[in-house]
Amino acid sequence: MTPGRSSEPPERTARPARVRVTSSRRDAATRRDLRPLTRDIDEQTDLGEVYMAGLMSAQLRLALRVLAFGAVGLGGLPLLFLLVPDTRTLEIGSVPFPWLVLGVLVYPIAILVARYYVRQSERIEREFSQVVGRT
Amino acid sequence: MNAVYGLTAIVLVCLVTLGVGAFGLRLSRTTSDFYVAGRAVTPYRNASAIGGEYLSAASFLGIAGLVYSSGFDMLWFPVGYTVGYVVLLVLVAAPLRRSGAYTLPDFAEARLESTRIRLLSSVLVVGIGWLYLLPQLQGAGLALRVVTGAPTWVGSLVVVVVVIANVAAGGMRSITLVQAMQYWLKLTAIAIPAFVLLGVWMADATPAPEIAGGMNAHWGEPLSGFGGQDHPVYVTYSTMLALALGTMGLPHVLVRFYTNPDGRAARRTTLTVVALLGIFYLFPPVYGVLGRVYLPELPEGLRPDSIVLALPSAVVPGTVGEVLSAVLAGGAFAAFLSTASGLTMSVAGVLDQDLLRGRLGRITGEDATVVQGFRLATVLAMVVPYAASRVVEPIGLATTVGLAFAVAGSTFCPLLVLGSWWRGLSTVGAAAGLLSGGFLAAGAVLITMLGGPLDGWPGALLGQPAAWTIPIAFCVAVIVSLATPGRVPRHTSRTMVRLHTPEDLQLERAPSHR
Repeated sequence: MTPGRSSEPPERTARPARVRVTSSRRDAATRRDLRPLTRDIDEQTDLGEVYMAGLMSAQLRLALRVLAFGAVGLGGLPLLFLLVPDTRTLEIGSVPFPWLVLGVLVYPIAILVARYYVRQSERIEREFSQVVGRT
Repeated sequence: MNAVYGLTAIVLVCLVTLGVGAFGLRLSRTTSDFYVAGRAVTPYRNASAIGGEYLSAASFLGIAGLVYSSGFDMLWFPVGYTVGYVVLLVLVAAPLRRSGAYTLPDFAEARLESTRIRLLSSVLVVGIGWLYLLPQLQGAGLALRVVTGAPTWVGSLVVVVVVIANVAAGGMRSITLVQAMQYWLKLTAIAIPAFVLLGVWMADATPAPEIAGGMNAHWGEPLSGFGGQDHPVYVTYSTMLALALGTMGLPHVLVRFYTNPDGRAARRTTLTVVALLGIFYLFPPVYGVLGRVYLPELPEGLRPDSIVLALPSAVVPGTVGEVLSAVLAGGAFAAFLSTASGLTMSVAGVLDQDLLRGRLGRITGEDATVVQGFRLATVLAMVVPYAASRVVEPIGLATTVGLAFAVAGSTFCPLLVLGSWWRGLSTVGAAAGLLSGGFLAAGAVLITMLGGPLDGWPGALLGQPAAWTIPIAFCVAVIVSLATPGRVPRHTSRTMVRLHTPEDLQLERAPSHR
């Protein structure tokens, strides 16, 4: 949009020369390193609370995503049977479709969903540990 | 049915249960051993134990009986029992373990910092436990009558005696071992006869299920009345909700989570539980469907709940059928014993810690030891439901269990979910949620159990109350909490750190005043 702005600032040609500012002890530990985030959590500082809220909301969002999937998938079945009556008597290879879904298929799907949740929540915790626990 | 084979199987199961329990007794030394098996049970064994404890009379006999008499809609029961663990996994498994509490009242007290909430939870645990023990004892009486013709009180009494002996003697460690073994016992006992019966059925050129006269013509189709009830769509959804949200509130389920070493192990345990339950629940509907093929008319004097035990002799007459029936009878007894043990364990723990200890001490002048008190509580935990099982007419094993789920879902589900995830939960709000959910659900249960089945909307709404009682309990807890912000527990933030942070981080997890 404004191609010229960054390359040539119009009336600032008489700026002072840039000065590089550095510390004489660049290898010194910074404040953050001396004070791990776990202390912020222990002391319930605002920063610690932000990290805790982040962890909890990440876990809760994951949980709600899994529950929503289950609610739509399973909760949709009676609705499907109600609204599309043909599905009640549909047969797949001489096995009635409703029996196949509710008698067999639910279980492997439940296991896969549970496994997905366990992996994701462990990943969230690993990342939290890495960020907060670095020393 | 041959009484000798059946009795042999039942006696064998009882003896093995007592034997493994006695083996655990030698290992159980400290109080921690006694209650939570020293917290060092591996996820795999713990999952087997949870499965062993969870698969009750309702699962082993009840589901087949329901499918047999009411058809497709009853498949929601095993699905709900399994999905309940997925919900438990995603919402509360790790926080519960990390709370570091022994029992459900412990959790309530730790989170809400109130001994009144603790007492309220204790009363609810005992109530739900007794409601859930009732069908286990009724089922045992029913099974023993089918096998030997003995009156129903005998079978119930056998379970009472074996469970008291086992729980009072060894506590949780022995129970963990017994339960883990019993899952595999039950799976074998239900799977092998199912494969044999399916084989015979295929050799017979797979005859179709028959619908007897006077039965629902749409037996095999969804929404065909949910066991002859009105408003099947409502009942279907309400049952799903009760089972999905009630599982986490069952007292014997929660106590198992405390035996995991950490939160991560608690999640992995739950994942394994979902798998173990999924495998088991493939089988009970097989008996219901084959029952429709080979026993279209229920023999005189049988309840649908006994169809599992009666089926083998109808499919393969002679010794094979009798042996299969005996195997199933043994498995069914394993189911009664394991669920009843777990329930008794948690009910007795709560009775002992919260309701008896102080009073017992006063009566005996502090003479009673801790373990004696627990043993007394064990006896009490079993005797009350036994007495009730003599008085209350059975209304179907899975139905009674469904009511226990509805009460658990209306009380402990809001407490656990809001307690784990919402910082704004106040002590007053939690109490209001427990009381409102408890009163509504228990009221509906009492009307259904004592007043018999009702028709129309009242029957549907009271017969499966979860769809309205659970949302009401949640709303009451939230609204009252919002109205009483001053009563939010002081250490809520610290508690949240404990419930949600992984154990590998070095954090302060206990409230500062401890």
